[in-house]
Amino acid sequence: MNKILEVRGLSKIYGPGCPYCVDSTGPEVDTNLCPHCGSVVAIHDVSFDLFEGEILGVMGESGSGKSTVVKALYFDQAPSSGEAIFFDNDKQHDLFSLNAARQRWLRNHRFGMVYQNPNLGLNFNISAGGNIAERLLMSDLMDYGAIRERAKTLLARTEVLLSRVDDLPKHFSGGMQQRVQIAKALATQPPLLFLDEVTTGLDLSVQARILDLILEIQQELKTAMVVVTHDLGVIRLLTGRAIVMKYGRVIETGLTDQILEDPQHAYTQRLVASAL
Amino acid sequence: MNAMSHTQADNAYNFGFLDEYAKKEVRRAILKAIAIPGYQVPYASREMPMGRGFGTGGLQLTLSLIGPDEVVKVIDQGSDDSVNAVNLRRFIEMTCPGVSTTTATTECTLIQSRHRIPELPLTAQQIIVLQVPYPDPLVVVEPSEDKRKIMHGEADYSRLLVKLYEDIVKFDEITISHRYPTRINGHYVIDPSPIPRWDVPKLNDSAALTLFGAGREKKIYAVPPHTIAEPLAFSDVPFRVEDFRDEQGRRRACARCGCVDSFLDEFVADSGSKTYQCSDSDWCDMQLQQVKPLQGKPA
Repeated sequence: MNKILEVRGLSKIYGPGCPYCVDSTGPEVDTNLCPHCGSVVAIHDVSFDLFEGEILGVMGESGSGKSTVVKALYFDQAPSSGEAIFFDNDKQHDLFSLNAARQRWLRNHRFGMVYQNPNLGLNFNISAGGNIAERLLMSDLMDYGAIRERAKTLLARTEVLLSRVDDLPKHFSGGMQQRVQIAKALATQPPLLFLDEVTTGLDLSVQARILDLILEIQQELKTAMVVVTHDLGVIRLLTGRAIVMKYGRVIETGLTDQILEDPQHAYTQRLVASAL
Repeated sequence: MNAMSHTQADNAYNFGFLDEYAKKEVRRAILKAIAIPGYQVPYASREMPMGRGFGTGGLQLTLSLIGPDEVVKVIDQGSDDSVNAVNLRRFIEMTCPGVSTTTATTECTLIQSRHRIPELPLTAQQIIVLQVPYPDPLVVVEPSEDKRKIMHGEADYSRLLVKLYEDIVKFDEITISHRYPTRINGHYVIDPSPIPRWDVPKLNDSAALTLFGAGREKKIYAVPPHTIAEPLAFSDVPFRVEDFRDEQGRRRACARCGCVDSFLDEFVADSGSKTYQCSDSDWCDMQLQQVKPLQGKPA
């Protein structure tokens, strides 16, 4: 299998930072707030690999830094330090050393992101079709007919009624907004997709259908995905491998089955025990 | 002439109203704007003895560029005789002694205009200054100027294009009637001031220098001579100018001069009947003088 993403030593500190930040935070001391300078160590020294067509789960409680990881990789927030290499066919991109225009190019052409809150991923003042068109226009497709065709195909694929292609997403249900977000993320057929708590806040039947859709897409397009969630059910259903985070540190990594059946770290044991 | 000699005698104001430092600063901004076609150069817009929104941006450009042997033409919506044009022309006459003004496009060296570019193709010896109310085409999609600057820098205009997409979805065509976003030299997209779509193609490969001045928004930008200016459009829904055909599909003619290839203004009489006339009054006069014997008014 070919590697698609290699992340090494990713860190993000909010605040001034001081030499004691790293040692005085983390799961051992039970905080991510540095007592010396008041900085928040959102993530520290996160490393992982992602392979083509694989789904990697990132789990942990609120504030464990799991969303910060994908936000850094999707260029929403610049990390404090660390390195990430994206392998695109024969090319390698050192993500954080690229200039802003190159980063935007990668984001628009090669990455996709689905946020927990559709507000972040969608523009509610333009139609569902327009939202998908925006992403296609970002990737320099300038043919109106082709854009329209592609938008309709994607919305049909994600089971949004075609009669609503020109409606505003703010008039959609939460599940449908999530489907439009997924369609938008898939518009450019990216090899890498980030899913940040996609099913949180949806009712169970809608959750199940969205998860089915994600699995189908993964089977069809062989898209590699990083799935961030606190829901162990989602981790179990979607992912092959997972990393567990607490207070910004990776405390356990391994095959999903192994982590859920035989957790090693005390925190993971508690997490699994509380869910099952 | 009375007003001019009065100012000279009084010596109350510098030539061109603005002091030399102010002119120098505006000229620097102009040079930068020409060097980076389509880029909005910030400048210290001065207070002028008229309200912002009445062409203070354009006027500051004009007054900074004006020389003693300049021949100036001022137009407002194509007309030399509307209130705004007349007032600005008088102001220039008053504050720039020795400068002559004209209404003839063929004679002028400097044109200040609001909402129109003359029908007659401009020459390399001429400069046209357009008054701009809203310099940034991205303002409709992004309220933060910080973010707009980044978007301009990265030539990220997809959200502007989505506007066009939504227009076609709703109305089957792009409905922007004026201020049509236009890409200059393959990078920056400008708001070409409220000129009608009819005038946008005139910016492309123009022999004359086109300058844009926004007084309230404090920005200067330029389309240098012989620069590519492409209105944003889709490859299968091309840009098109206004269509002046009547219900029978015939091109309407100017009621005054009979011209069938100019931008027309519509006048509605009290009775409800409509007449059409050239928007560019100087062009209309030229047609009347030169072409009338040859070109009769079409039936």
